[in-house]
Amino acid sequence: MKVPYAGAIDCDIHPAMPSAAALLPYLDDYWRDQLVNRHIDRYSFILTSYPPGSPLSARPDWRQAGGAPGGDLADIRRQALDPFGSRLAICNMLHGAVALFNEDMAAALCSAVNDWVAKELLDREPRLRASILVPAHNPALAVKEIERMAGDTRFVQVLLLAMGEMLLGRRIYWPIYAAAETHRLAIGIHAGSSYHHAPTPSGWPAHRVEDYIAQSTAFESQLLSFLAEGVFHKFPGLKLVLIESGVTWLPTLLWRTSKTWRGVRPEVPWIDRPPTDIVRDHVRLTLQPVDAPKNDAEVLLRTLEHIGSDRMLLFSSDYPHWHFDGEDVLPNGFPGDAVRRLLIDNALDTYPRLREEVGGGNNKETKQEAVP
Amino acid sequence: MNVPLRHTTASLGLAVVDCDIHPAYRSPADLHPFLPARWREHMTTFGEHLRQGLSGQLAWPRMMASGMRLDAFPDQGPPGSDLDLMRTQHLDANGVEYGMLMQLSRGGMEERNLEFAAALSHAVNEWQLETFVKPEPRLRAGIVVPQEDAAFAVTEIEHRADDPRFVQILISPRSSDPLGHRRYWPIYEAAQRCNRPIALHVQGFSGGHASTASGWPTYYMQEHYAASSGMQNTLTSLVFEGVFERFPGLKVVLIEGGFAWAPALCWRMDKHWERMRKETPHLKRAPSEYVRAHCWFTTQPIEEPEKPAHLADIIGWIGWDRLMFSTDYPHWDFDHPQQVFKFPLTEEQKAQVFRGNAKALYGLT
Repeated sequence: MKVPYAGAIDCDIHPAMPSAAALLPYLDDYWRDQLVNRHIDRYSFILTSYPPGSPLSARPDWRQAGGAPGGDLADIRRQALDPFGSRLAICNMLHGAVALFNEDMAAALCSAVNDWVAKELLDREPRLRASILVPAHNPALAVKEIERMAGDTRFVQVLLLAMGEMLLGRRIYWPIYAAAETHRLAIGIHAGSSYHHAPTPSGWPAHRVEDYIAQSTAFESQLLSFLAEGVFHKFPGLKLVLIESGVTWLPTLLWRTSKTWRGVRPEVPWIDRPPTDIVRDHVRLTLQPVDAPKNDAEVLLRTLEHIGSDRMLLFSSDYPHWHFDGEDVLPNGFPGDAVRRLLIDNALDTYPRLREEVGGGNNKETKQEAVP
Repeated sequence: MNVPLRHTTASLGLAVVDCDIHPAYRSPADLHPFLPARWREHMTTFGEHLRQGLSGQLAWPRMMASGMRLDAFPDQGPPGSDLDLMRTQHLDANGVEYGMLMQLSRGGMEERNLEFAAALSHAVNEWQLETFVKPEPRLRAGIVVPQEDAAFAVTEIEHRADDPRFVQILISPRSSDPLGHRRYWPIYEAAQRCNRPIALHVQGFSGGHASTASGWPTYYMQEHYAASSGMQNTLTSLVFEGVFERFPGLKVVLIEGGFAWAPALCWRMDKHWERMRKETPHLKRAPSEYVRAHCWFTTQPIEEPEKPAHLADIIGWIGWDRLMFSTDYPHWDFDHPQQVFKFPLTEEQKAQVFRGNAKALYGLT
């Protein structure tokens, strides 16, 4: 079904990546030389998780001859913002820099991407917000980047990958969460893999569709890592957003986890209340792709009841990925009394910066008032 | 869970088929009579060669008594090693009409030396027969196979094909490659030929890959669920590699991996298959249809929603004819037949889950 009224906040869109050459103006002399001399500026930095030709990667009517889907701001306005009446949309740049093993090169490219996003997207379209891309595998460099970008309140979240170097709840990553909490940034984990590990505990699947389906199990592992390591206990102000994760796997994971917790409490004594309650307070999931049966509204309703909270789901189109057709971005049968929370309130509660006056950007002319 | 039970299930008139019972050795030497001298000596000198950093223990220590019920320790040897105690404490007390043995450790499933793995598997199967199944007719064995070498595995399956006491083929889902890969197909071909289900029981040992797509968990709390995430990945592989299309008679039992995740996984598989179906044109039906036709799930460790009746939604979506009761005796997270369901079942549902589905699947009378 369509979005019933204007004003939604789209929590996951994917403008096309800038070419590496387009990032050159945002790099210092050393990295510019490195990219040019080594021909790195000719690479695409496309993550294996999102092959450009794959049906999942872009809707047919959002593909355009000669350019990458979401590669033109006019297209983003016409295809991702206007049809859904979105007042705001958060850009998540799935740049391949995060899969590089060279931490310094990854950090330099992440910085360049963030600066490019600010100048080429946020300065030009006031409805856009963005996540800060960081080299998570080096938390010190990641924190440095968060601090560098924190003054620009159009950046509302720190972006991490679902399948990475290590499970993200581990203490080595905690400086990232401390910085995020300090600066009122949510932590967003997005589907995708650096393929530094096999996508499954029994190795490498043959098909891309298997990898994509395995994203939900990667999210399960990350969520359990955040819980078991006590991240939410340490950072009570932290919000964790699972982006493009699917949603229907959540309730049964929580049933099992809250049961297991009763048996393993001595191992993780810092978990002082049922994991289900902790997750409801701290964790949010974006809507698309909705992994419930397309033509069975009853199943969706039952699953939402199993989740047991109308505050956990955030509206997303996942533009330009192909999960739905036309303007039917909401699943059929989504309960009307939960729509406003889904479209607007939950995002405002998750991303405090969305309520704040925009500041810190480079282009003064595009500054706008805070969202009410 | 270690308080002596006041009422026995048998006295309440509920007979069950328990689809997950773990036998154990008193000591590794129990296998010696079934091993040739060459491998007996190898076992004594070198032991198993696994893909983990600790020898003879698990890298995530269990929560109590090495993961065992404290009341399940016999006078000598580990829980599960004393048939008399297993009878009085579990088979008799809980009205177990049939019990499916799940041999986990030293099965040769994860042994890196594949010839040793083959010898171990053969020995373990002989040992199951002599120690448990011959003296106790309620018990049934599973054929342990050295799964990473399909030729050795098929030899062992064929060796047991005419013995009805072996009712299924045990494979670890923590395999070296996803189990749908072609290298495992001869095992499925043999399973179909001798009409035995493939039994996938979660395992503590890795086939060479981290437990998650982002490396290794820190706590047992995580590893405990990683087995369920991994089971989903394994099922995905079997479906999308076309195993069920290629072997239409194949049946798969997913054991101790949880089951409540199955409907959501099926919806997810169907959704993305529809979009990506050009990549797997060998699939002729939606993924959920293969699961519905070919897969069975055991109950323990049963998921427990805040509102117990929510579990009935899940079982309804899976199909009441596909769920089979299991206890995991003598492990610490044992599910008792009287307490496993926190919402009322109809008589027909009870009959299916506690007995009927397993009897039909395994051809038991």
